[in-house]
Amino acid sequence: MSITGATTTELLERLERGDLTSVDVTSAYLDVIEKRDGQVKAFLLVDREDALRQAEAVDKKRKSGTAMGALAGVPIAIKDVLCTKGVRTTCASKILENFVPPYDAHVIERLKAADAVLVGKTNMDEFAMGSSTENSAYQVTRNPWDLDRTPGGSSGGSAAAVAAAMSPVSIGTDTGGSIRMPASYCGVVGLKPTYGRVSRYGLVAYGSSLDQVGPFANDVRGAAVVLEAIAGHDPRDSTSLDEPVPSYTESLEQPLRGLSIGIAKEHFVAGLDAEVEKAVRAALDVYRSLGAEIREVTLPHSEYAIAVYYLIAASEASSNLARYDGVHYGHRAEKFNDLIDMYSASRGEGFGAEVKRRIMLGTYALSAGYYDAYYLKALKVRRLIRQDFDKAFADVDVIASPVAPTAAFRIGELVTDPLAMYLSDIYTISANLAGIPGISVPAGMTTNGLPIGLQLLGPTFSEERLLRAARMLEKHTEWHKLRPPV
Amino acid sequence: MDYTVIIGLEVHVQLLTKTKLYCGCANLFNPDNPNVQTCPVCLGLPGSLPVLNKRAVELAVRTGLALNLDISQYTKWDRKQYYYPDLPKNYQISQYDLPITHDGWLEIEVNADTGERKRVGIIRAHLEEDAGKNMHDERGRGDSQVDLNRAGTPLLEIVSKTDIRSAAEARKYLEELKLLLLYLGVSDCNMQEGSLRCDANVNLHVHTNDGHNIPTPITEIKNVNSFRNVELAITSEVERQFEEYKRTGKKLGDPGATKETRGFNAATGKTFAQRGKEEAHDYRYFPEPDLCPVTFTEEQIQAVRESLIEFPADRRTRMQAAYQISPYDAAVIVDQQTEFADFYETVAKGCGDGKQAANWMTQDVLREMNDRKLTIGTFPIRPEVLCAILKKINQGDITIKAGRDVFMALLEDASMGTDVIIDPERVDRIIAEKGLAIVKDTGAIEAAIAAAIAKNEKAVADFKSGKQAAVGKLIGEVMKQCKGADPQTVRTMLLETLAKA
Repeated sequence: MSITGATTTELLERLERGDLTSVDVTSAYLDVIEKRDGQVKAFLLVDREDALRQAEAVDKKRKSGTAMGALAGVPIAIKDVLCTKGVRTTCASKILENFVPPYDAHVIERLKAADAVLVGKTNMDEFAMGSSTENSAYQVTRNPWDLDRTPGGSSGGSAAAVAAAMSPVSIGTDTGGSIRMPASYCGVVGLKPTYGRVSRYGLVAYGSSLDQVGPFANDVRGAAVVLEAIAGHDPRDSTSLDEPVPSYTESLEQPLRGLSIGIAKEHFVAGLDAEVEKAVRAALDVYRSLGAEIREVTLPHSEYAIAVYYLIAASEASSNLARYDGVHYGHRAEKFNDLIDMYSASRGEGFGAEVKRRIMLGTYALSAGYYDAYYLKALKVRRLIRQDFDKAFADVDVIASPVAPTAAFRIGELVTDPLAMYLSDIYTISANLAGIPGISVPAGMTTNGLPIGLQLLGPTFSEERLLRAARMLEKHTEWHKLRPPV
Repeated sequence: MDYTVIIGLEVHVQLLTKTKLYCGCANLFNPDNPNVQTCPVCLGLPGSLPVLNKRAVELAVRTGLALNLDISQYTKWDRKQYYYPDLPKNYQISQYDLPITHDGWLEIEVNADTGERKRVGIIRAHLEEDAGKNMHDERGRGDSQVDLNRAGTPLLEIVSKTDIRSAAEARKYLEELKLLLLYLGVSDCNMQEGSLRCDANVNLHVHTNDGHNIPTPITEIKNVNSFRNVELAITSEVERQFEEYKRTGKKLGDPGATKETRGFNAATGKTFAQRGKEEAHDYRYFPEPDLCPVTFTEEQIQAVRESLIEFPADRRTRMQAAYQISPYDAAVIVDQQTEFADFYETVAKGCGDGKQAANWMTQDVLREMNDRKLTIGTFPIRPEVLCAILKKINQGDITIKAGRDVFMALLEDASMGTDVIIDPERVDRIIAEKGLAIVKDTGAIEAAIAAAIAKNEKAVADFKSGKQAAVGKLIGEVMKQCKGADPQTVRTMLLETLAKA
């Protein structure tokens, strides 16, 4: 089997056995990037030489007999929202066009410590605001399964990179579904961890109380290996929790006995594409055949999730993005009259339309006289949404649902209708509000050849359970083995 | 027409922590090397996150207890949002509706003659980060620069109630507050370096002849650089507001009578309008999502309470009673900080004469400390040595004057070099070397008198013939023989002997 056609599991085995060197693997993936990224446009930055240098170093280390990290020699693509020391980090925004961080994000430190090979920075919706990667200031990433369609967003570049075999694993971030939704659209595995599971230090903030870093991979084991490498307490992030990290890879092959799966009636309503529903129900049948029990649960406040999300995320964003003012770093307008004018001109030129929309929305929601009616009310409803999940998880181990109402939509289809775009996150957003983990695993294809994912949600710190449950489906289906046409 | 002055003070104090409030950068005043005490967090770089400094929280609780404030069992942080180049995130992580401490008071003396005291209420004291410093090009070329060394320094903002009724009271409040903070060791309170800053909110309640109370518009006087200038600024502002009221009749709440920010010009002694019109700020406060709320148990608060040392006001009262000293002496000693007061108490206890010890501390020690640019910690005469001198005086072994000679001799010894050991033994040695001991052996004096009379027949004859002054020569003779003798005793004994002869 070709290197880039292999699953991460196979790749890790072959590297460990010494059948392949990291230089072999890294060059193979770099070659695919060279060949295909002109069309897919998943990467904002690829440094071939630097990647090969890292690969050589790993090979050398392996030869010396030193104990190797869990991702030794495996290429990984990084969403351009994580700070990389000495490497430009743009958040796909004009305002950070020339920003070179003087430090590595916690996740980057962990990946380097795990001997991974960082191949490049991937495209995204500007500051992770969007569901299609069309909001990038630099390029539109295309879905490798159908170049006229979006890979989803906001981590579209990282999802497309794995789907197009330009990297076996990658890193994304998920504030309202930005890992799970593109994973589903691109037919790869994507996991959003529990809020606080992975340090946000060095992750450029969008919605601070919602943001989480997580993996994409071409198989469940790949996601487990990466999560194991990046999870854990970091004193530099006060919201990172000091909970032990289990070995996700060790237990991965053990099926969950007596698994009870909840399905929420609120998830199977008008707007859900028939083919998507069919794929989800087929996946449930697989679980049933493996001995799982399916039970109905209710998430009565889920209808408010989108509204609550756009108040909380936008409010936090309006504050988090205030620092991009052209004073200390980032884009500064060339012409301005005074300080205020410098601020408005720099920000006006530097931010794209969706970012401006959310900054205005958030600024409004936090303004005197509106705070109680919007932000505070949203916090209260957020608590109710969390309680819905607490109640549901008292009855079931995981909740299964679609990831998105449809498979990948066409590029340009929703850009003029932000509200319709926001609705594409309807199944994923609640997990961020509740702080719980969720995984998207390939579960089907539409008749016109677009991937469909199944979402599994679990209570906080149930990543191990989610990975094992996802692995059960993966083991008994072939969806993850499909590759987009070249 | 009469008026009452209404003053509220907001004091910002930089806390004496090793590191900044939300990162590990050094918390040091360092204006000559801009932007060296910085990191991604205090530079507000993308992706950086704050981590709360525990020590700053402890110091805030310590100060809160000293100011009789309630410690919140649940406190949280909020973002205060405004754009300014010295604020790199364009929001300040502060505290809004649940400050760490709230509702207390500070007692101040309002009448030195009667000792009358009053309590000034304190609304709250909360933790927040300091901003950096903008440095504007003085040549007017417009290339301003920003130094972020100070950005993220822990500040405690202490907000008083509007209980202060005069400029003098305001100054008293600030002095007492500073003393307390120094005692607690929470801040160095150096106004020149900006570690203590004060804003004053001032207005008047004008009592009209027909019995109404009319409040004048409130002004906030900002950035006054000394307590004396705060007093002067308020005094001048009170006059200005009263004149303004008489001229315009404008009162608080009138259209256009919004809160005004004013500065103080020390050269003219007048306040001046800083901005044409105060913009209505909407800081859009909201809970800081990057920091977890902090909770305290009663036990934790009790532990801090038990670690507290005695507060200045309590110490003054206790020392007055324990050592029988005047309120004035107690205040002078306590104002010199803990170490000085501890020194005093050691001496007072050791020599058994609090009044005597107070005199020496407030006069001799303080004078020499200042003249020689020493602190009480570096003062070469340690408590046990001073105690030895005072004991000698009390026991009648040496005169007060001789005591001063010893004291000065010891200081001179100390200034000669470091190998000199200043201890009680040295006191004895100096007394012996200089013959300063009072000669109590009357036999020795009697012998010296007899010898003097025998040697000076003429003087004795003069005295007997009525020349009183002649006795002086005889006393001189005796004193030459007995250096430590009390001249008065010698005189009495000599006159007795002459009368008998």
